[in-house]
Amino acid sequence: MEVDRSDVSFIRRKVKVNKMVNNSILLKLENIKTYFFLPKGLFKTIVVKAVDNVSLEMKKGESLAIVGESGSGKTTLGRTAIKLVEPTGGKIIFDGKDITNLNDGREMKNFRRMAQIIFQDPFMSLNPYMTIREILEEPLIIHGFNDQKERNEIIIKALVDVKLQPPEEFLLKYPHMLSGGQRQRVGIARAMVLGPKFIVADEPVSMIDASSRAEILYLFKSLQEKYNLTFMYITHDIATAKYFSDYLAVMYLGKIVEYGPSREVIMNPKHPYTAALISAVPDPDPNNRFIYRKVISGEIPSAVHPPPGCRFHTRCPYKFEVCDKKEPELETLDSSHKVACHLYTKK
Amino acid sequence: MASNVLEVEKLNLAYKTLRGDLLAVNDVSFSLKPGETLGIVGESGCGKSSTAYALMKMIPSNTSIFTGKIIVDGENIMEMDDSDLRKKVRWKKISMVFQGAMNSLNPVIKVGFQVAEPLIVHDNVPKKEALEKAKELFKLVGLPQDFINRYPHELSGGMKQRVVIAMSLVLNPKILILDEPTSALDVMIQAQIMNMLKDLRKSLNLSIIFITHDIALASDLCDKIAVMYGGQIMELGTAEQVLLDPRHPYASKLIGSIPTLRSDKKLEFIPGAPPDLVNPPPGCRFSPRCPYRFELCDKEEPPIYILDGGRQIRCFLYKEKGQGE
Repeated sequence: MEVDRSDVSFIRRKVKVNKMVNNSILLKLENIKTYFFLPKGLFKTIVVKAVDNVSLEMKKGESLAIVGESGSGKTTLGRTAIKLVEPTGGKIIFDGKDITNLNDGREMKNFRRMAQIIFQDPFMSLNPYMTIREILEEPLIIHGFNDQKERNEIIIKALVDVKLQPPEEFLLKYPHMLSGGQRQRVGIARAMVLGPKFIVADEPVSMIDASSRAEILYLFKSLQEKYNLTFMYITHDIATAKYFSDYLAVMYLGKIVEYGPSREVIMNPKHPYTAALISAVPDPDPNNRFIYRKVISGEIPSAVHPPPGCRFHTRCPYKFEVCDKKEPELETLDSSHKVACHLYTKK
Repeated sequence: MASNVLEVEKLNLAYKTLRGDLLAVNDVSFSLKPGETLGIVGESGCGKSSTAYALMKMIPSNTSIFTGKIIVDGENIMEMDDSDLRKKVRWKKISMVFQGAMNSLNPVIKVGFQVAEPLIVHDNVPKKEALEKAKELFKLVGLPQDFINRYPHELSGGMKQRVVIAMSLVLNPKILILDEPTSALDVMIQAQIMNMLKDLRKSLNLSIIFITHDIALASDLCDKIAVMYGGQIMELGTAEQVLLDPRHPYASKLIGSIPTLRSDKKLEFIPGAPPDLVNPPPGCRFSPRCPYRFELCDKEEPPIYILDGGRQIRCFLYKEKGQGE
C-alpha cells in the first residue's frame, strides 16, 4: 500500500484546538440532514430522508445511545457524524472545528484518526485473509507510523486493552480462528490503535451471544474511562442502552423524538413513541405470560413519504388536531430532558 | 392431569463433519401437555434448532446418529416410515414455523393460496372452500381477510410472519413449533406477534414449543422453560422456577446477563466461549466456564437429577439433593 509521506509530519504534532470554544464539547451536530437520492426510471429521483434535521451535542468522555427501530436513521446518523456519509445539509463541529466541508486533506486525515467506528458484524468486518497483526497494523501504516517497533508496541497495548491475552498468541491468528466475542474485540482494538477521541459503535453486541454481551459492554466502559473516550452507541436494544450510556436519544423516522439522561428517559418517558418502545420490551418475568403487552398498531412508515406534521401521528394514541399539521420541535422540558411532542408544547 | 401430546426421550442427533461427529442434540428428554407452552432457550449453536428439526424428523443427509423416542399423540414417530409420517403427522399433528420463513414465501403466488395449498393438495378440498379456510385463519392471526388476494411484496415483515403462522395452522395441528419467529422483526412488531400468539394458544388450545435465544421473550409466552447448552438441556422447569430461582450455574449466569428495563441489577457475564461439539470438553459441557467447578465435573458427565417441584437439572452440585433418573 502506498502512503502519502508528505502528509505524515503533522501526526505527532498536537492538534491545535481553538481555545475560544467551550472545551468540554467534542461533537456538535447542527441541523444535520442526510438524504439519499435514488434514481427512479429515467427522469425521476426518489429522496429518502434518512436523517432529517437532527441537532445534538456530545461532551468529552460522554456516552450517548442512539436508539431506534430499523429504518429510523440511527445508523445513518452515526455514519454522518464521522463523515462516512456526507450530510446533505447542516454542520458537523468536531473539537471546535467545522469539519462539514473538509475534503481529503491533512485535516481530514487527522479527523479520521480522531473518529473511529466499530461495526455490527464481527464476521464480515474483518478481512479473512489478514492476520490479526495485519488488521491492526494497517491503520498505523496508513497514518504514517513508520517505526516497526513503535507499531508493535501500539498493537500489543491495544490487544491488552481489549483483553485478548496473551497478545502474542493472537498476533498470527486469522479471524476464523477466533470466537465471535474475540473477533469483536479485534474490531475494537482496530478502532483503538490510532488513539481516537470519538468512537461510533454501530450495534456492536447484537451479533454476540447474550452471555458475552455484558462482557463487551463492560470493556467499552473501561476503555471509555481509561482514555476519556466519547462514545456514540447505536442500538435497537434500549435495555443495554440503559446500562451502558449516560444519555439516550430516541429516533423515529429520521428525527430525534426524545433525548435525556438514560435512566430518566427510561423511568419517565415523555414521548408516546418512547413509552410504547419501552412497554414492548419484556423483562424476564414469569408473570409476562398472563398479561398482554401494551402495543401501538402499525409499522414505521417509509422515509420516502414521511407523514406530514409529527411523523408519529399515524400511530400515536394521543393524537389531536395540530399533530398532523405542524411538526413539533425538540424542546427542553427540564434540565436536560428534551422531547419533540405537541403534548408538551402547549403549556 | 391431561396426558402428554408429546414425549421426547433420550433424543440424540449428530451430524457428520470433516472433523468427526458433531453431537448437536445429546440426551434430550421433555414432555408437553395439551395447551402448554415450552420455551427452549440457549445461545447460538446450543442445539435448539436441531432439536426442533429432529421433532419433525426433518434431518439432513449428513446425519450420523439419530436415536431416542419421539412420541406424538401416543405414537412413536421414530419408527414410522416417511410416507406415513407425511400423511398422518407432519402438519396434521405437529407443524413448524421455520426461522426466516417469512422470507421464503413464493413471490408470484397470492398469499391466501399459499396458505390454502396444503388443504387442496392433501385433503382434496375444493379451491373455494380452502380459500374460505385461509380467510378464517387470517382473521385468527390478525390479518384483514381481503389480504388473501395480496402478493408477499405487498406485505410488511410482521404481516408476512402472520401469514407463515396461518400457514402452519391450516391442517389443525396439536403442536406448533416456532423457531425464532420474531428475531428478524422490530420490538414493536415482536410485541404485536407475541400478543397474537397468546390469543391463538387460548382459542385453539395449542401446545407450543417456542425456540428463542431471548429468555425475556420466552417469559412472554412459556409455561415451562428448558435452558440448553452444548446440545443438552441443563435445566428444565416451570417459568417461575427457571426465571426466578435458576439452579444450574449456566442458567443462573445466563439470566443474570440479561439487562432489565424495570429493575436494577449488576449485569453478569460468562467468560469463555461455548464448547466445540465435535470435541466436547470431558465431563460436564459447561465445566470449563463454570465458577462452581469441582473435581468430578471434568471427569464424568453429570446425569439428569430431578429436584423437588419436578424440575430437571444436569449438574453435580445437586447430586445429594436430587434423585438420579
